[in-house]
Amino acid sequence: MHEIQSLMAGFAVAMSWFNLALMLAGVSLGVLIGVLPGLGGANGVAILLPLTFTMAQQPGGTTSAIILLSCIYWGALFGGAITSILFNIPGEPWSVATTFDGYPLAQKGRAGAALTAAFTSSFVGALVAVILITFVSPIIARFALRFGPPEFFSVYLLTFSAFVGMARGSPFKTITAMMTGFALAAVGIDTVTGQLRLTFGFESLLAGFDFLIAVIGLFGIGEILLTIEEGLEFKGTNAKLNMKVVIETWKELPRYWKTSLRASFVGCMMGIVPGGATPASFMSYGLAKKLSRDGEKFGTGVVEGVVAPETAAHAAGTSALLPMITLGVPGSPTAAVLLGGLLIWGLQPGPLLFTEKADFVWGLIASMYLGNIVGLIVVLTCVPLFASILRIPFAIIAPVILVICAIGAYTVHNSMFDVWLMVVFGILGYVFKKLDYPMAPLVLALVLGDRAEDSFRQAMLGSQGDMRIFFDNGLVGTITGAALLLLFSPLISRALAIVRGRGGRSG
Amino acid sequence: MDEGKPVTSVRVAELAMAGIFLALGALVMWDSRRLGASWGDDGPQAGYFPFYVGLLIVASSAATIFKALNLGERGRAAFVQWGQLRMVLTVMAPTVVYVAMIANPWFSLGIYTSSAIFMAFFMWYLGKYRWTKIVPISLGVVVFFFLMFEVWFKVPLPKGPLEAMIGFT
Amino acid sequence: MKRRTYAKSLLAAVIASAFSVLTPALAWEPTKTVEFIVPAGTGGGADQMARLVQSIIAKHNLMKQSMVVVNKGGGAGAEGFLDVKGAKGDPHKIIITLSNLFTTPLATGVPFNYKDLTPVRMLALDQFVLWVNAETPYKTAKDYVEAAKKAGPGKFKMGGTGSKQEDQIVTVALEKQTGAKFTYIPYKGGGAVATQLVGKHIDSSVNNPIEAVAQWRAGNLRPLCVFDDQRMPYKAKITKDMSWNDIPTCKESGVNTDYVMLRGIFMPGGVTADQVKYYVDLLEKVRETPEWKKFMEDGAFNQTALTGKEYADWVAKAEKLHEGLMKEAGFLAKK
Repeated sequence: MHEIQSLMAGFAVAMSWFNLALMLAGVSLGVLIGVLPGLGGANGVAILLPLTFTMAQQPGGTTSAIILLSCIYWGALFGGAITSILFNIPGEPWSVATTFDGYPLAQKGRAGAALTAAFTSSFVGALVAVILITFVSPIIARFALRFGPPEFFSVYLLTFSAFVGMARGSPFKTITAMMTGFALAAVGIDTVTGQLRLTFGFESLLAGFDFLIAVIGLFGIGEILLTIEEGLEFKGTNAKLNMKVVIETWKELPRYWKTSLRASFVGCMMGIVPGGATPASFMSYGLAKKLSRDGEKFGTGVVEGVVAPETAAHAAGTSALLPMITLGVPGSPTAAVLLGGLLIWGLQPGPLLFTEKADFVWGLIASMYLGNIVGLIVVLTCVPLFASILRIPFAIIAPVILVICAIGAYTVHNSMFDVWLMVVFGILGYVFKKLDYPMAPLVLALVLGDRAEDSFRQAMLGSQGDMRIFFDNGLVGTITGAALLLLFSPLISRALAIVRGRGGRSG
Repeated sequence: MDEGKPVTSVRVAELAMAGIFLALGALVMWDSRRLGASWGDDGPQAGYFPFYVGLLIVASSAATIFKALNLGERGRAAFVQWGQLRMVLTVMAPTVVYVAMIANPWFSLGIYTSSAIFMAFFMWYLGKYRWTKIVPISLGVVVFFFLMFEVWFKVPLPKGPLEAMIGFT
Repeated sequence: MKRRTYAKSLLAAVIASAFSVLTPALAWEPTKTVEFIVPAGTGGGADQMARLVQSIIAKHNLMKQSMVVVNKGGGAGAEGFLDVKGAKGDPHKIIITLSNLFTTPLATGVPFNYKDLTPVRMLALDQFVLWVNAETPYKTAKDYVEAAKKAGPGKFKMGGTGSKQEDQIVTVALEKQTGAKFTYIPYKGGGAVATQLVGKHIDSSVNNPIEAVAQWRAGNLRPLCVFDDQRMPYKAKITKDMSWNDIPTCKESGVNTDYVMLRGIFMPGGVTADQVKYYVDLLEKVRETPEWKKFMEDGAFNQTALTGKEYADWVAKAEKLHEGLMKEAGFLAKK
């Protein structure tokens, strides 16, 4: 078990008071960054990069530098859930799915439970991913290499399939919402032909519609408008404010071990491929809703609905560092900046990094364990503090949220146009809610639409228009098959029910 | 004015929204045709998917319109009441003014000054707070954001004359 | 009354002279944070270079004000270029360019031209190398091209970054010279292209050295030739038996194609000569640091670094070249 030995050596490198202090600082900063939608992990990492430049020149300094930067990353992963749960505003893209059950929980006065569940599952997801990285990284790296365009497309298809059939209400409205998401995703430059699509000559539309702006508007502003319609306060102000809630929630969590396990698997796969943390959280939520015994209650505020997306998002976010280290392919913008950091420090990410800079890599892996433990402790002790934000009077917190939303929308492309867009999305979110248009399909289509289309068309270029490429080998065939099965499962179950001679209930 | 009186019915709102989507779908289809919306030799062209996306939006909105016309009793229910709309507007109107203050073609106050004014107004008008509370809170929050974005993270946000006076433009 | 006016004007004079001492009329210097625009996403070659420049400036205290890197990659970089075009006369904004300075306006019809910007200086030229998977039998560029020709048009897949941008232009130039026909598959980033090549989802790539070097060292990829008129100068061994210098030029291996990519700095139009000179000198200091030199070697850059009129001439020539290549390939935007 030479991994254990290497890992212990890694711990020896990472476990110094200096490094532990860096972890604490990094995680705290990361949480702050994760809370504010205007700052992403990429900002935090980028701004500290010059600082680490000097740091990296001391002996053992590269490990300290990567510890600081990766801890910001962990912190941001933890922090994204906080505003999702409290105000329905996802601080980071991967916490959108957390709002589905986290926010209703908070409205019921269970903000503390939702936060505890979110943080703890994040930790579990990360832990599974780190263990995977520790012991089977070479196998995983080879697995990731098998993913070409058709495989990517099949994974995206699977994400969609896991999600459709979820929305109640009018199927026409679901289709309208989802297709609008696809249409918005198509705006801007087309990767495959380099043509401008749906920009109608407007320069502001060149960069396309950003997912974060739509989400801030639809979810955040829309929710404030709905809230105010009923009076000047947020629901859930009676949330308990002590640490007991953590223990109580922990007692409940083991019940959801199946969901956690599935979510960890989905997360790790999506992180390694790399498909990203955002699709991972959506896929995991969709699967949990379909497969869980309490699936019907999802969306009304159940703890399991927080566990599923958070575990997957964190597992994906953590395992995404593996393709970064071994292949030099960043799984997220933050990973991209981290990757740049490695290069600047004189390290070359790639297959040889594990052998050439073993102490660095194992120090990093050890810091993943430690950083997540430190992170969990930091955020859990702050649960009462976070929950108490809900007690701030509406007339104070509402404008602060609106200001944060405006800043968040502006920073995406440094453009005021996006802020106006956010306001429009806000009104749209309000009307959507009142007329029962589902928003989740729109958001999912917006985040995955162009990626799915790109990989489909790349696959078609490669096969010269032959659709059989999606069943070309065992891997892609299995994923596509699973996706189709899931997609048509409502129809299949209904057909089965009819065959058996009783009225079916579609799932 | 009667606060409980409906501003408009669900039917009208449904029709308006679906109408907007219908137009949007048609617009998407029109632009996709320009790009080429057929299946070429090596897979779909740039406008292929958007075209059918547009088509589906048109079709599904048409179905929604059809359903809205046959809503019956439920269609006559209130989409929003005057009292509710007034509340919504008390948030929406200041927000629009706030965004307009940050940047418009003629003059920009910058995001920080605008935020302070916006928060102060909100707390005064909706919260009925005293100025002794309003000023420290709104200024405190804005100063915190300023330090956070401008000084520590170096994320440049729109700034106006006040920031210029202290050397940030 | 009179006295006070006198005192006031004296005070004003003292303040004015104090200020004139503080800001000597000698040379221009930034008075606020400088924005460094990257017309591409995070993690790409231009982004890495910009962040390195920022780090070096911060570390060696080369500038009193700070510098922030801002990514504006929308519309194949058009977002960034339009931003700089709109900031006419603003000396606190610089932009790093890649070939999309020429290709984006040509391919999309977005209204801007390099003439809207003020050239500052070239930092380096980025090379393109023809790569294949190390498990394939092709040892030279000629072998590979012959095999592609024999297989028939479109059977061999060439991967690259973006559409109608540098990678596809190199591919087209290669096709034009040799008569082989590839199926070009666009991806979003250079790292992804290298990985796809290792996974054999494509047959070759024209990755920049820095994008593929890690996989080369690991023995997964094989370089066939470099698209330049002379070999890369770096003689330190990268793999067991090869250095960058051992890679033949494409011309040597019988495939007469060359293409290099500009990594240069521009400012908005309407800035003064003083302001341009400040950045020329600043970047010269950056180029002399050991960090920069190491980066150049790691990425096997062509270290040509023109300034002034020579730079402007080079850019003008490069635009002509791109226009010609793209016209032939049918990549120009329909008017």
